[in-house]
Formats: sequence, structure tokens, C-alpha cells
Amino acid sequence: MKRGTIDFWVGLFAIAGFAALMFLALKVSTLSSLPAAQTYTLTANFENIGGLKVRAPVKSAGVVVGRVDAIELDTERYVARVTLAMDQRYRFSRDSSAEILTSGLLGEQYIGVTTGADDVQLKSGDTFKITSSALVLEQLISRFLFSKAAGDDTATPEK
Amino acid sequence: MSDILVDFSHTSFAYGKQRILKGIDLQVRKGQLVAIMGGSGSGKTTLLRMIGGQLLPDDGHVHVAGMNTSSLDEAGLYELRGKLGMLFQFGALFTDISVYDNVAFPLRERTTLPESMIRDLVLMKLHAVGLRGAANLMPQELSGGMARRVALARAIALDPAIMLYDEPFTGLDPISLATIATLIRELNDALGTASIVVTHDVTESLSLVDYVYFLADGSIIASGTPEEVRASAHPFVQQFINGRPDGPLPFHKPAPPYLEQLGLEAGHA
Amino acid sequence: MPDQFRRFCQWLGAPLTDRLIKLGFACRFLLAILRHSAVTLTRPRLLLREIWFAGVLSVLIISVSGLFVGMVLALQGYDTLQRFGASSSLGILVALSLVRELGPVVGALLFASRAGSAITAEIGLMKTTEQLAAMEMMAVNPLARVIAPKFWGGIISMPLLAAMFSAMGIFGGYLIGVQLLGLDEGSFWSQMQGAVDFRLDVVNGIIKSVFFGIAIALIAVFEGYDAPPTAEGVSTATTRTVVTSALVILALDFILTAFMFRGV
Repeated sequence: MKRGTIDFWVGLFAIAGFAALMFLALKVSTLSSLPAAQTYTLTANFENIGGLKVRAPVKSAGVVVGRVDAIELDTERYVARVTLAMDQRYRFSRDSSAEILTSGLLGEQYIGVTTGADDVQLKSGDTFKITSSALVLEQLISRFLFSKAAGDDTATPEK
Repeated sequence: MSDILVDFSHTSFAYGKQRILKGIDLQVRKGQLVAIMGGSGSGKTTLLRMIGGQLLPDDGHVHVAGMNTSSLDEAGLYELRGKLGMLFQFGALFTDISVYDNVAFPLRERTTLPESMIRDLVLMKLHAVGLRGAANLMPQELSGGMARRVALARAIALDPAIMLYDEPFTGLDPISLATIATLIRELNDALGTASIVVTHDVTESLSLVDYVYFLADGSIIASGTPEEVRASAHPFVQQFINGRPDGPLPFHKPAPPYLEQLGLEAGHA
Repeated sequence: MPDQFRRFCQWLGAPLTDRLIKLGFACRFLLAILRHSAVTLTRPRLLLREIWFAGVLSVLIISVSGLFVGMVLALQGYDTLQRFGASSSLGILVALSLVRELGPVVGALLFASRAGSAITAEIGLMKTTEQLAAMEMMAVNPLARVIAPKFWGGIISMPLLAAMFSAMGIFGGYLIGVQLLGLDEGSFWSQMQGAVDFRLDVVNGIIKSVFFGIAIALIAVFEGYDAPPTAEGVSTATTRTVVTSALVILALDFILTAFMFRGV
């Protein structure tokens, strides 16, 4: 094998290898976690977070506006404190609400943010005042059964 | 520096408990062509490896070109090997590069000569072994004798002061054998090297060399010029030169008595 | 009894100490290679030849295998996913399995059997035919001239090959999922993109393959260099390269995965 031929094939090999890497980087995956400089932090307390995981998306009107950064238990009030890394570009009013939702019946859980009417906006480090917990299937079923057992006066259990 | 280029003094060497060389004394001078003869496993190859510093003596000294191999560090050993040329048993050509590149290899690796000068040197060395026409062949296209001549050209590429030949005659047809033998003698005289030929080819070497050492069981048991050796009455030398199967080196490996092992001895039946 | 116990210890200990001695030798060998790696950097031509030998010659088997693995993944995955009505997640399944595990691991196994064994055989043959000894006698260090370039050539080739394997596999999954089974092309790619994280999945996969490359390259050159200089010795060493590499790859994969994806 001549030297020139080897050089040619190795060059082609390198190009193919990097093309494969670029394909994996650009077409297959995304840089989901935003760089730290472009985010601000908000917290939200939930009575129950269900199956929410770190890195789960935060969505508003279906658009991803942040990620769940950390989840911990507040040992004073025994609620889950969820820290959110929010995209710098999106600001929400002070009376916005956060709720834990599920995409589809069996899909992953995410946090949905619905904005309020207040003129003052949430700053970095602020906490959502209004939150609603995850829908836990067992609680839902037991509530339904209890209301059935209690009598026929209630029709369908409310959420 | 004296003209003794290779000097073994009371050199011993052992692999673990197995003693290969026992108190060897051996000198080779500049311009001298020396043969070391002995049966298989008598320690000949070990001796060669000690000259290149690939093995170091357990006892005694090996001086090569005035340097004690035991006192050299890795860099020193590589410098020493720059003065050595070695022809391996089957040539040991690099199989993935051409004949030309094989001979150019030591020049490219060890010198900073420009490619044009390397080309001249390579063609010169190949011409010396009569294979200038084979420069563009690959090693696997060569016959055994040709491969060894190319290897010889490669070994002399850097004009070594000491040439080592490890079984240069093994497995060659008579014509190739005579060619190699003539080349060894001519190169030795032309370059003024000290040459050591390790071999068990008696007739060829006795007609070729200046001095012969007989090695058996790790010791030198006889030495002399070819005439002295031929006239020697030493039983081992006689056995070796005349190629008798039995003698001081017995035909049978030590074993329990034959009849006893076959169960034919009286008392067993 | 003490005699029996001693024999038991010997039976247990001899292979163990043999392995330990070999491991120690391999570590020393690695250090020696690193010490003699300067030549590889100053003479890229040596390295290019080895990348050609280890990398370019493995491209065919790697890409064809990758393509088939991806296609099989898509067929199998589709069958399972559609029972849950989640067949649109096929892209996620194919891409995550390939990028995280199959690309690095199967790529490394193929690389070990294609290039690793070839490296071992080449070095072993050079030893058997005294080419290494000849080099040494020409005052050229075979570690610097032969072993180190092969070592680095293997390490450089591995991640590129693993990336090719994953890319081909995903393409194979696309062929089956979109072209054959008729999934929506847009949602195939966008779901995949949404679920595969560059840093967590792709970069970690590449890191894995770098580790595998180091392991395979070291095992291959070591077994070749350590092989007994006979035809039988070289063939045994070649087999050992493949077997040892496979075991080391899988063990390393477990350790690395445990570190990387813990708690996610």
C-alpha cells in the first residue's frame, strides 16, 4: 500500500468519523440543559410530586421554558421543594401558578406554568405561590370509591 | 583502544536455575573472522545476544568495542548497537516494506542523511550483495538465499565495526550457501570488521574462518585455527567434525535401562 | 491435613499469582509505551499507517454491523412499543440504545476481533520472525517504532468507529421505522432529538468508547509482544486478545455506566 493511498483513506476515515459525530450531535440529540449563565432560579413547593424527576421540562403553553434542577424535601413543612432553572428569556408574573402534569396517560411528568395577571414579575430566587400537586392514581381511585360508598348523592369525583 | 573488539572474560549466564554459559573466555580482533560451533542448545545464540547487550552476564564481563555492557544504560546500549550489524537466522526482513525500504531502514532511523544520499547508499549496499535488481520487490517475493543477502545488505548499511551472523547457512541450497559464505568473507576483509559466525555447518565454516571456538554445554571445550582443529584429537571435536551420532555427546538421552522399562528383565515376568 | 491445605493453596494461588504477574507486567508495559510515545507524535506517518491498519480496515464491518443492529432494534422495538401505543417513540428507543450502549460496546467488541487480533498477530509475527530483535540490534527501539504507534492508532480509531456504528444504526432504524413501517418521519427525528441529551448520552458514549479503545489497544499490543515466538504462541495470543478484550469491555462498561447514569 502506497503512502499516498494510506493518507487518502485515513483522511476519508477521519471525515467519516467526524461526520458521524456531527450527526449524533446535531440530528440525534440536543443540548437540553441550558448553560448556567442563561437561566434564573425559581422554586415551587408541592404536597406531592408524584414521579417528577430532575431534568424534567418546565412548560408554559406547551413551550419548554426551563428544567427541573433539584428536588428535595422541606423537613419543616414536609413538602417537596422543587428548584427550577428557567430560561432567561421568559418571565412570569408574581401570581403565576405551577402544577405537575403528565404528558399522555403513561408519559413523563413535567411542570406546567400558567401565568397570572400581576404586573410584578417573579425574580430569581422567588417561589411560586400557587401550586397544585401531581395526580396520584391511587388517591384518585380511593376517593372515587369512597364517594361511591358514601352514597349516590355525588356523581363523579372532582379532580 | 586495542584491536580486540569483542572480549568475554569468565562470563557466565543462567536463565533462572538453568546455567547456559559457564565461564566463557573469548576474544575477537579487528579483521578477524571467528566461528563459534556447537550443537543445538549449547548456548551459541545466548552468546550473540550478550554481545548486543540484550542479555547481561551474571558473572564476569563482556567488553564490546571497549565498553562493558553491564555498565551501560539504555541509551548507552543503543549507542553500542549502532556499531553492530547482525544477520539473523532467516534474515528477519520487515515483511510490510520493500527490499529497498528494508535496507534504507537503519539509515533513515539512525541518520539524518538526505533521501538522495540514502538512495545512493542503499543501491551501493544492494550492489555489494548482487541484488540491486531486486530493490523494488517485497520480501515475500525473494528466495531464502536472496532474503538473507538483502538482510546482509541491511546489516552492513551503517558500516558496523562488528558483524554477527546467527546460523547464516541454515536451510540454504548449496549455491546460495556458497554465495553467502563468500560474501561473509569478502565483507569482513573489505570492511575490516570483527566478525562472529555462529553455526553448526562444519565444512563450510572451517574453510571460511580464521579461528574456531567449540562450545558444548555452556563451556568452550576446544579452540584453534581450522588446521589445528582438523588435527585435533579431542573426542568431542572429532565427533562434531565427522558428524558421528554417538561419542562424548551420547545418542541416547539418559533413561532407565531399556530392558527394565520394557518389563523384560528377569524377575518381572 | 496441612499438606492438603498447602496443595489447595497452591492450586488456588498459582493461577492467581500468574495473573497478577501478568497484570503487573502489563502496567509496566503501558508506562514504557507512554515513555516512548514521543516518536509517534513527531512522526505522524507512523501513526497514519496504524490508523489505516486499525481504523480504516474496520470501517466496513463496523458500518454494516451497525446498520443491521439498528434495523433489528427498530423491528423488535416497534413490535413491543406498539402494544402500548407508543410506536412513535421508536426513534428514542433506537437512538438511546445505540448511543449509550450498543455503539460503544458492540463497536468495541467488533473492533477487538477485527483490529485487536490483527495488531496482536502482526506484532507476534514480527517477534517470531525476529524482526523486533533485528530492530533492536539496529539500535531502533521497537517500543517506540512499532508498539507505541499501534497503541495510539487503536485509541484514536475506536471513538470514531463507535460514532460510525451509532450513526449507521440510527440510519438503519430510520430505514425500518420510517420507510418500512411507515412512522411519521418528522416525529421520528424530533422525538429522538427531544429525548437524547448531547452531554449525558452522546458525550458519555464517546467517553466510554475512548476507555474501550485504550483497553483494547493495550491488550492487543501486550499480547502480541508477550506471545511466545512460535506459530502456536501467536495463534493463542490472538485468541487471548479477543477473549480478554471482550471480558474487559463488558466489565468496564458496567463500571462506567454505574458512574455515568447513576440516579438519572
